[in-house]
Amino acid sequence: MEEILQVDGLSKTFTLSRKQQKIEHTAERRKVAVDNLSFSAYRGEIFGLLGPNGAGKTTTLRMLSTLIRPDSGDAVLDGCSVVSQPEAVRGKIGFLTSELKLEDFFTPNYLFDFFSHLHQVPDDIRAQRKAAMFERFGIDRFAEVKVANLSTGMKQKLSLVISLVHDPEVIIFDEPTNGLDVLTARIVTDYLQELRAAGKTIILSTHIFSLVERLCDRVGVIIDGRLVACGPLAEVCDGLSIEDRFFEMYKEMKGGEE
Amino acid sequence: MKSNTVTIIKKEFARFFGDRQLLFTTVIMPGLLIYLVYSLMGVGIQQMATEGQDEVVALTVEHMPQSLVPVLSSFDSSVVITEQTITDDDIALLEDKELNTVLLRFPEGFDQLLTTPANPEALPNVEIYYNSTNNASARVYYALSSLLGNYGRPFTVNVPQTEEQHFDQASNDSIGAMIWSKLLPMLIIMMLFSGVMAIAPSSIAGEKERGTIATLLVTPLRRNELAMGKIISLSGIALLSGISSFIGIALSLPKMVSGEGVDYASLGFHYTTSDYLVLLLVIFASVLIMASAVSLLSALAKDVKNAGTMVTPFMLVVMLAGLLPMFQNGASENLLVYLIPFYNSIEVMVAVFAHEMQWMPVIVTVASCVVYTAIAVWGLSRMFNSEKVMFAR
Repeated sequence: MEEILQVDGLSKTFTLSRKQQKIEHTAERRKVAVDNLSFSAYRGEIFGLLGPNGAGKTTTLRMLSTLIRPDSGDAVLDGCSVVSQPEAVRGKIGFLTSELKLEDFFTPNYLFDFFSHLHQVPDDIRAQRKAAMFERFGIDRFAEVKVANLSTGMKQKLSLVISLVHDPEVIIFDEPTNGLDVLTARIVTDYLQELRAAGKTIILSTHIFSLVERLCDRVGVIIDGRLVACGPLAEVCDGLSIEDRFFEMYKEMKGGEE
Repeated sequence: MKSNTVTIIKKEFARFFGDRQLLFTTVIMPGLLIYLVYSLMGVGIQQMATEGQDEVVALTVEHMPQSLVPVLSSFDSSVVITEQTITDDDIALLEDKELNTVLLRFPEGFDQLLTTPANPEALPNVEIYYNSTNNASARVYYALSSLLGNYGRPFTVNVPQTEEQHFDQASNDSIGAMIWSKLLPMLIIMMLFSGVMAIAPSSIAGEKERGTIATLLVTPLRRNELAMGKIISLSGIALLSGISSFIGIALSLPKMVSGEGVDYASLGFHYTTSDYLVLLLVIFASVLIMASAVSLLSALAKDVKNAGTMVTPFMLVVMLAGLLPMFQNGASENLLVYLIPFYNSIEVMVAVFAHEMQWMPVIVTVASCVVYTAIAVWGLSRMFNSEKVMFAR
């Protein structure tokens, strides 16, 4: 198996407000969101970062997608460092999260072309890809409807399509089914499996156990910014369900503190 | 009920006093700005009042009456009085606004006429010829008018004896140039600025607020390409908006000011193609600077509303700069002035409208605008790259 992503000692801290310092009984002005995180992902797999809210999953994915810079450590994605070659990394990844929005004023057709231009996709390939993707997600019927007038589900499907205009090797997906209705969620998870079958690598974050069980080949469990387990799903589960295994780990980790 | 009112008041105060920026812009800034604006205006008016004070003016007097010798000698040494006959040629020469000259003509036997008027119906008339576009000439004219007006004897000053007779020898062109150079630069700058204000905050702070900028930032788009693209497109749109406003003003100005003693329609508005080209060049340079500055502030702002608040002080400074030509006599000759953003464009426009355009200031202005815009593009790219600026709430 070929390693397509090596995360090495990734750390990120944020500054706390004075009042928040009091709540957390700490004199530290800084809060560690991601603490010395290291893991690898292999080409053609779905890798899941599993953890509760606030564990540092989103921060990790944002560092991998170069939206924010790590305080220390690095991640090498298909040969490019997120710290020293962020532009090259951006060309190789498709990043999808609910915080990335599309401008309401434009139509799916316009936005697909616009983002294809930014990714320097040749015109003929763009047209081909647009036709296929729009049809696959049923956007073709709404191609000239302004984003503002699309249904929530259609907007999310469009966001997914837009993040893939350049057919990236690595797809980074923050909470892929959050806020989706059951139908759209199913379409998205099916598509992720299709992408894997096509040899793409998918890094996703989630707090939903069933999603990990259904999709992920390998999983990293992250609690309080630290990676507490990482490996093939069966190995991490060790005979239990992922849910039971997670709570075991959570107790081990938090037991000493409370 | 009461306690809830207090709760609401407390929450509003907490919101207000907890937001340092809001506190500054609503409580501290207004007073500060009024102080600055009024102080500056005061300095400007004082400067205008003393301008031309030290320039020597040649005052030619015809038929100097004995009774007025002590009055006229109250002028200081900057007014050199000669007594001689005033010819029509002398009057015609006054049209040259570079000449610091005033011509004062008394009727023959003025003192006699005051005590025993030749014609009881018509009072003796004193004529003062001057050029209102020459500061020194205008100053002595006003001084003379007030001296003679306070003399306390029955006579008139500057009553035209024929329809053609006029005492201010400034040509319509030069009066026009003076008025346009004081008025139009400010209007143009304001129009352009309001154009920039209408679009830049929503284009940058708005994209931040709506979360669409993050979508751009995860593409391989270079940050300086994004910054340059934003500034150039915003400048172009603001220019269109500014041109529209300007056409509106140009068409309505004569209507707005007609019937106030000055016939604006007859004022000269004669400018050459190169004047217009320089104007356009300088306008574009200043729009670039405005778009850059507002973009930088908008990138720092949390949302569109916040951007508006942040730009307000800046807008007032620009308006102030626009007011300065009112207190000046023509454009500055100090080349260093043309390195000051905004003010340099205003000064070049003043020079163009006053028919005093020189190439060096234009070149310095445009070049410095390009340099400042390049710096702004660099700064904006840095901001697009900064997670603190782009994602902080």
